[in-house]
Amino acid sequence: MAQPKIKVEQLNLHYGENHALHDIRLDVGENTVTALIGPSGCGKSTFLRTLNRMNDLIENVKISGSIRIDGQNIYAPDADVVSLRKRVGMVFQRPNPFPMSIYDNIAYGPRIHGIRKKAVLNEIIERSLQQAALWDEVKDRLHKSALGLSGGQQQRLCIARLLAVEPDVLLMDEPTSALDPISTLKVEELTRQLKEKYTIIIVTHNMQQAARISDVTAFFLNGYLVESDRTDKMFTTPKDQRTEDYITGRFG
Amino acid sequence: MDTRPGFHQSLKELERDLLQMGTGVEQAIRGAVESLASTDEKQARQIIAADDHIDSMMLQIEERCLRLLALQQPMASDLRLIGMALKITTDLERIADHAVDIAKATLRIAGEQLVKPLVDIPRMADISMRMLQDSLQAYARRDVQLAAGLASREDEVDKLYSTILRDVIALMGAEAGVNRQLTHLLMAAHDLERVADHATNIGEGVIYMVTGKRKDLNV
Repeated sequence: MAQPKIKVEQLNLHYGENHALHDIRLDVGENTVTALIGPSGCGKSTFLRTLNRMNDLIENVKISGSIRIDGQNIYAPDADVVSLRKRVGMVFQRPNPFPMSIYDNIAYGPRIHGIRKKAVLNEIIERSLQQAALWDEVKDRLHKSALGLSGGQQQRLCIARLLAVEPDVLLMDEPTSALDPISTLKVEELTRQLKEKYTIIIVTHNMQQAARISDVTAFFLNGYLVESDRTDKMFTTPKDQRTEDYITGRFG
Repeated sequence: MDTRPGFHQSLKELERDLLQMGTGVEQAIRGAVESLASTDEKQARQIIAADDHIDSMMLQIEERCLRLLALQQPMASDLRLIGMALKITTDLERIADHAVDIAKATLRIAGEQLVKPLVDIPRMADISMRMLQDSLQAYARRDVQLAAGLASREDEVDKLYSTILRDVIALMGAEAGVNRQLTHLLMAAHDLERVADHATNIGEGVIYMVTGKRKDLNV
């Protein structure tokens, strides 16, 4: 890999007494999709949240080691968390649009960052919705409530809302677990398109989804990163027996 | 603990079907060679007739594999097992076709006195059939070493084939009947050489299925 977009070294995380992540090392290439898989409680979502410091909000969390994005340690004492979260956006399990119009949902971030000009906002909204593959479906009802959209549309709206603040990295925490199969496929297809411009890390419980959309898959177990490799290798010839057992269902 | 017992049971059934097909193919090739050595027309016809059954076994295995791929989305060693079953069933079907070709050679030379007693062809047949047996054993037992051992025996078969080719050329003369018989025998030898190749392919498939690593035995 050329210079990795994200370089994680010796990352350890404790929730109080609970050692939740052990010595995680992972390089994430720019413009790739990395899938994090593993059983419930394995640490994959915790790890995902360390990438934009979402765990900072939880009491009693202790983190050591480093995560460098474009060479900068995001846990350095002088790191700016607000600008980090602008660069590293997150999509959650359930779509969570704000109870306002489609337009205002997407304009929300740019407005906070000081953009007021209508023409500029219009341009951002169209571009974000285009990139999120939602524009054609909503262009005639931008000023209607976002809550009237279907679940799949809401999730793509949330992705458009992230794109509006021009992040580099998208974190997705089981983004399709609440969606119907067609919406799921749309979000998956979107993910593949978005990696042209963004670096994407996705937590998924659906191994077939990981296989379909990711370039690299990382398998977590009991707080350890057991194995990470090219996705085609992970799902055909994994090296570690624990990976083999998990992905073939000989594990419980 | 196995969280997919039903699926893994289907994989066992797939293996069982493949080994059953293997047994059928072994019988076909043995019968074909016997029919040739003793120019036994009746046996040759039986071998030819039995080929439809082998073809239908292959189709059943193929369908089972495709069904499992579509419905179970297998991964890792399970995926390799199914992928290799698809290949091995094709190799077995080809071996059965060679058995048919040898049986047809029997029919073509039936009633003729052999130009000379067969020596190298039965030797080739012996080695090729054992290779087939061992490739199936290696599959059944996940025996990588047994599979890897097929390579050197394939060389032996190739050498025997070269010897037969040389002998046949030396024996060819002015008599059209002799030349015709020799040609059929040479083609049967070629069929046996192909059997050894397919057995070696099965061995390679077994190695990949078990280890996830490629090893080209056929060099």
